[in-house]
Amino acid sequence: MNRIQKLFQKKKDNILSIFITAGFPNIDSLPTILEALEESGVDMVEIGIPFSDPTADGPAIQYSNNVAIHNGMTLPHLFAQLKDIRKKISIPLVLMGYLNPPMQYGFDKFIDDAVACGIDGIILPDLPLDEYVISYQEKFNKNGLSNIFLITPQTSDLRIQTIDKESNGFIYVVSTNTITGGKVDFEDTQKEYFSRVKNLQLNNPALVGFGIRDKATFDIAAKYLNGAIIGTAFIKHIEAHPTRIKDAVKEFIEAIR
Amino acid sequence: MEYQVDKRGFYGPYGGAYIPEMLHQNIEYLQQNYLDIINSEDFINEMNALLKDYVGRPTPLYFAKRLSQKYGYKIYLKREDLCHTGAHKVNNTIGQILLAKRLGKTRIIAETGAGQHGVATATVCALMDMKCIVYMGEVDIERQAPNVKRMRMLGAEVRPATSGSKTLKDATNEAMRDWIGNPNDTHYIIGSVVGPHPFPDMVARFQSIISEEIRWQLKEKEGKELPDYVMACVGGGSNAAGAFYHFLDEQTVKLIAVEAAGHGIHSGMSAATTILGKPGVLHGSKTLFMQTTDGQVVEPHSISAGLDYPGIGPIHAWLFESGRAQFMSATDDEALEAVMELSRLEGIIPALESAHALAKLKEINAPADSIVVVNLSGRGDKDLDTYIREFKNL
Ligand SMILES: Cc1ncc(COP(=O)(O)O)c(C=O)c1O
Repeated sequence: MNRIQKLFQKKKDNILSIFITAGFPNIDSLPTILEALEESGVDMVEIGIPFSDPTADGPAIQYSNNVAIHNGMTLPHLFAQLKDIRKKISIPLVLMGYLNPPMQYGFDKFIDDAVACGIDGIILPDLPLDEYVISYQEKFNKNGLSNIFLITPQTSDLRIQTIDKESNGFIYVVSTNTITGGKVDFEDTQKEYFSRVKNLQLNNPALVGFGIRDKATFDIAAKYLNGAIIGTAFIKHIEAHPTRIKDAVKEFIEAIR
Repeated sequence: MEYQVDKRGFYGPYGGAYIPEMLHQNIEYLQQNYLDIINSEDFINEMNALLKDYVGRPTPLYFAKRLSQKYGYKIYLKREDLCHTGAHKVNNTIGQILLAKRLGKTRIIAETGAGQHGVATATVCALMDMKCIVYMGEVDIERQAPNVKRMRMLGAEVRPATSGSKTLKDATNEAMRDWIGNPNDTHYIIGSVVGPHPFPDMVARFQSIISEEIRWQLKEKEGKELPDYVMACVGGGSNAAGAFYHFLDEQTVKLIAVEAAGHGIHSGMSAATTILGKPGVLHGSKTLFMQTTDGQVVEPHSISAGLDYPGIGPIHAWLFESGRAQFMSATDDEALEAVMELSRLEGIIPALESAHALAKLKEINAPADSIVVVNLSGRGDKDLDTYIREFKNL
């Protein structure tokens, strides 16, 4: 059982996961941020692999990607940075990014190196479900790695159930039809959608992402599903406090919890 | 060898639909229904009527006598520059707007580089009374200013793409982001044979009218349907795909695709994808594009905004890899020379993009009297500012 599965075994509510782009704001910020997040009681972290053309991301995460690439963040560099991370960090860690950088790195090597660093899950939004099942699932399973899929308000019940069947970590419930950082109101449409997902009684836990920005939006998501993921709002907060990252992380998490 | 798309949306190893879940429903619906829609009788009738009376098809296949004398081949120009709006792009937008109507969509988005696809999209949106938003890189907005004004005259909103290199690839990113945010009422009219399946195949089919006409027109003029060479420039590759389409399985017809070499292939300012690119995933499909060893997209350069794209459509990646098409490249300077040559020899001012194909007439080393068809994808009106700047003695 990997750390994601263990986490959800003992905790089912108010799961808070944070997304941070590796190499942002500085090339070596990630280990500091991870430590501060764990100390603040965050349940899980998604580490973004920067890409030059992040088509599903809004301006804040686009900017963090550009800064990270400019800072020199690459997959070899990221794995070097994460090599000994498990000596310090025990919460689940997930790598999230677009397919092309891992493809160029060599997909098998990417998986091997991620596992060697103690990574528990992978999110590749542009990896098609059928290609995952045909080409990669066996390798993920052998290594105890969870592949995490997205669903959106447009995803049919049938497809959600198929995705649930092929998942073994959690399901990433995209809150609305938007890119990251979009303004989401979390009114009736979202609530109905979260209820619909909840009523499907999936095998996997479900976390809401996109548009979660403060305690109020986190609480709505956590009321319906197992918790939520915060990306853009966290990145903006870090960006605003580049010289006191550790404290900035703690402030941000305290305000949510 | 199979050069057409297979059932899974691939050309050999290239193509597919590498899209985030947010686009899944629209793409899957298109995949399952596009062939039925575009092959239906009522669709074909409506499209053909518009292509004839509105676009002005068939476009002439013109025997370029003085150009032929100069090179020693029989050179025919397929006059896509005479299409309404000035380029081949409208063949695709007519098809896609009719599709969008049948999908019940009311809002159209598009990306544009040279502005030709943007103009062609704005045009059909005016015709069909649809809301139209065109994403265009900030850099391109400047270098293709007249086309920006044309789009606005046609009622479209032009939104600048300010990320990355601020050119075509960034406009494409912005259009995809828009579609993610507006999946219900919006259809994305992609302007070339790029993007997730079924776009590359759909756009190729709408452009295939070019080679369909070349065949019967050549039969009328030369008594045979098959030329020895077909040449076309490649940005994303839609005019080339259309010019090659009905010759793909005719092995005697040599297909020549010309990419933009910018300041020179290895100058760091180039868009010669087949030489500088590697396979990867960009804009929803697996294809060849220029990238760093880390998989970050490299910003291309070409004097022609329509060829200033880091990749090529998956069909071309496959035509290149399988050897079915020969890929060449022309520099900015060679293209400019070809612009002037055609202007002076034939009285036709070509688009900068099309001039890249013309520029390689000097290098194909065809036997004397070979029949060479060059797809003249567009006219030069939109490039007049560039020509005024580059040709100092005008
Ligand atoms: C006249 C003309 N030719 C060619 C192109 C390149 O596109 P494609 O390779 O899809 O034909 C463009 C694009 O804007 C164009 O305007």
